[in-house]
Amino acid sequence: MKKTFLTVAAAAAMLAPLAHAAGFGTVLTDKSTLAFTSKQMGVPVDGNFKRFKSTINFDPASPQAGSATLELDMASVDAGSKDANDEVVGAKWFNLKQFPTAAFKSSAIKPLGGNKFELRGPVTIKGTTKEVVAPVTFKQDGANGVFDGAFTLKRLDFKIGEGEWADTSTVADEIQIKFHIVAAPKK
Amino acid sequence: MKSSSPTRYTGTAIVLHWLIALLILVAFPVGLFMTDMKLSPLKLQIYSWHKWAGVTVLVLVVLRLVWRTMHRPPALPDSMGPLEKLAAHGAHWALYLLMIAVPMSGWLFSSAKGFPVVWFGVLQLPDLVGKDAALADFFHEAHELLAWALILIVAAHAAAAIKHHLVARDEVLTRMLPFLKSR
Repeated sequence: MKKTFLTVAAAAAMLAPLAHAAGFGTVLTDKSTLAFTSKQMGVPVDGNFKRFKSTINFDPASPQAGSATLELDMASVDAGSKDANDEVVGAKWFNLKQFPTAAFKSSAIKPLGGNKFELRGPVTIKGTTKEVVAPVTFKQDGANGVFDGAFTLKRLDFKIGEGEWADTSTVADEIQIKFHIVAAPKK
Repeated sequence: MKSSSPTRYTGTAIVLHWLIALLILVAFPVGLFMTDMKLSPLKLQIYSWHKWAGVTVLVLVVLRLVWRTMHRPPALPDSMGPLEKLAAHGAHWALYLLMIAVPMSGWLFSSAKGFPVVWFGVLQLPDLVGKDAALADFFHEAHELLAWALILIVAAHAAAAIKHHLVARDEVLTRMLPFLKSR
């Protein structure tokens, strides 16, 4: 099942000549990270996903024409502790059996000036789809393009944490998502 | 500041003593109980309360030590033999040491686990070490052993105070618990 990935975007005009021909394509998964921070009783707890597939098609010379997808293997979660890892795969949280993957697909990339872009698109987690918007910073690192972005996702929008866990005074609704995607130039 | 030979503790020292005692007597059994709980919102809450209590003990103990340097505690009664006095002083300094070591080891444990300590859910303390499973195991053991050592000395301390009151019938307990004095 190939669906999605992530993305981002773009480039400063000064970088354009470098990347002009084709832009960036292959995502280097081992160099990329997808991390999140939840708040429990006001305590920030870091987590991440170890496995995801991502595609990017991004040319700094024409960012609007770019696109990105991300498909996330929900079983690869590290939620910060063994307790949490055992818990989040269950029905009240990710419900892994029924929803093993989450997905994002870009619908628009908008230049915000300089090397900043706005990435927009639907994200699907646990069977619920919502549009997210994330500011993304692009920079060139050697031959590769690096896309860094962050946005806040409300877990209850996706029924992540049901029953007693729906109480946001213990685990906050807002989850901070941070992505760092490295893509190789297109051949 | 009072003169050289006070007969009882200052009000501040008394309040700090009993506040710290209360926090230790609650945090210890809670700490034993909480680790075996199944993960739930209540477990997260109890962990936080335990850590808040520990950090509060740390702060109060530091205050108490500062206060103590400025206000000399009353001397032990002359009826006590030199060995008894030595044991009493030794126990008091062991208590101070452990009242600092137990919360510090808990803070280190929490840092090594990747969970910052956020006092009362508001003030985030700096992480003392990075996230590290082996270090976390070490500080877990240390925290537990030190906590047991603390509670044993607290028990001995309380037993000694009661013996002073009931057997020696001196002022050692009432100078820390003035309302008992009426008897």
